[in-house]
Amino acid sequence: MSTDTVTPGAAAPVRATPATSKAVARREGWRRRAPLLPALIFAIIATQIPFLVTVWYSLNSWNLVNPGSERFVGLSNYADVFTDRVFRQAAVNTVLITGGCVLIAMLLGIGVALLLDRRFLGRSVVRTLMITPFLVMPVASALIWQTSMLDPVFGIVNFVIGTVGFEPVDWASSYPLVAVIGALVWQWTPFMTLLVLAGLQSQGRDVLEAAQVDGAGALRTFRSITLPHLRRYIELGVLLGAIYVVNTFDQIYILTQGGPGTASTNLPFYIYQRAFLGFDIGQAAAMGVVVVIGTIVVATLALRLLFRTFSEER
Amino acid sequence: MAALDTAVHTRQRGAGALTVLTWFVGLLFFFPVFWMVLTAFKHEADATTDPPKLFFTPTLEQFGNLFDAGAGPYFLNSLFATTVSTLLVIALAVPAAYALAIRPVKRTQDVLFFFISTKMLPVVAVIVPIYVIAGRIGALDNVWMLVVLYTAMNLPIAVWMRRSFLQEIPAEVLEAAQMDGATLRQTIVQVMLPMVAPGLAATALICVIFAWNEFFFAVNMTASQAATVPLFLVGFMTSEGLYWAQLSAAATLASLPVVLAGWVAQKQLVRGLSMGAIK
Repeated sequence: MSTDTVTPGAAAPVRATPATSKAVARREGWRRRAPLLPALIFAIIATQIPFLVTVWYSLNSWNLVNPGSERFVGLSNYADVFTDRVFRQAAVNTVLITGGCVLIAMLLGIGVALLLDRRFLGRSVVRTLMITPFLVMPVASALIWQTSMLDPVFGIVNFVIGTVGFEPVDWASSYPLVAVIGALVWQWTPFMTLLVLAGLQSQGRDVLEAAQVDGAGALRTFRSITLPHLRRYIELGVLLGAIYVVNTFDQIYILTQGGPGTASTNLPFYIYQRAFLGFDIGQAAAMGVVVVIGTIVVATLALRLLFRTFSEER
Repeated sequence: MAALDTAVHTRQRGAGALTVLTWFVGLLFFFPVFWMVLTAFKHEADATTDPPKLFFTPTLEQFGNLFDAGAGPYFLNSLFATTVSTLLVIALAVPAAYALAIRPVKRTQDVLFFFISTKMLPVVAVIVPIYVIAGRIGALDNVWMLVVLYTAMNLPIAVWMRRSFLQEIPAEVLEAAQMDGATLRQTIVQVMLPMVAPGLAATALICVIFAWNEFFFAVNMTASQAATVPLFLVGFMTSEGLYWAQLSAAATLASLPVVLAGWVAQKQLVRGLSMGAIK
């Protein structure tokens, strides 16, 4: 990184006394920092302070319905969280939804990207059609999935499987996780496609041609040249996708309301229920902290990758 | 010769089959959107039929009804929250990215790490205090609260994207400007601004997409006054009966701005979504 670059105008005069040169350096340091400060201060106020308050709330028992019920209880909220059966189920569902969605969307994304990485009639039109699911407002698409697509009586999906002889299925109540993951895969496949396609198009044509000249078949070329080249892009897609999909709320709120029972409740939806329907501030806060600790593990991996991608480009 | 001909033929037929498959997959993914738009032009009676109707007498009735149903204020709130938060993000991110890319401060890596880590903080971890504090200072159901939250939500993405775009400006250009005696302001306005304008547009696009489509903050922090478009759509869930045509019209109108913007700026989308990591 170029942290230590000295810009031409900034070089201190050679014969300056140590004291003045130190002052100059300090002034220069602040001149460099000044443009950064508004954004930094805003980000700290808007994100770090609320998180610290969350940690404080998590050590208190406090229900909004009982004013004045606030009292310090230490770690007992955390004990409750870890013995809460629903919390554990929500954690498992979060992993299933995130893992399922990211994995399927990435596999589909690789397939679609390979299809799009060729010259054919109407290529840009197909690409445009393909990215649209990602642009549609998630609340809007979730409502369309809930009604026109997955409705047990009038839904298109049941109509289509009916033409080949299957019985109609009430997707949201019989297979709630399938319904949620399906809607999410539909939304996120375009994201993965775009990332992988960018990777495919950054491949050197000469390498591929050389492979062809050497008599490598299409499959062989894909396995030993394309796939290693794509690795970075696939990792990036998986990690960025996971960071967003872990926070999934819209689809669950609309398609299943976390149900039936708690069958499709994920952590964001459960915390929302505890905080805004149960008004249990202390518990909700403790769950939030636990989620953050879980996310840090994934996030650290993601950050390493982002930095590696950046530093290799420089 | 004949053998070669057949080989070429087989390959062409294979390519043709792949093209058909590609089109099929593209249309399949687009289908729910197509159906949403189609249903928006139906009478309610045509919207819920078994089997589903592909052909019907189109009507604009549903779009007209939306504004009788009070869609106006929701769209205005969304427009306000999206526009103002995007402008704020740009105003904060541009100088910050300058300090991280052109004349880097010490510990640039740490600062970048910090910004991106705020994006990885799950929203549910901060929503409780934000709600309680907003309640105490009377900022619940206030569109300015959404502006602040959307700014915080998009700022890290914007800083990373801006930095990635600024790094593309060759250092020689800036040095040359300084040699010619240009002041810092002149360098920025006359040399850098034209070079970064496309990147600026891409950054704004990503901020607009995320802010316009945002639901979690909107559902928790607003009620009647500051409610945005996603809440207008959710209102159809609780209604009695089946108003699929009406719902589809609302969903179409709600999605239209971002879909159009995304279509126009497809090339910039990848870079934005990868926070500038992929060109």
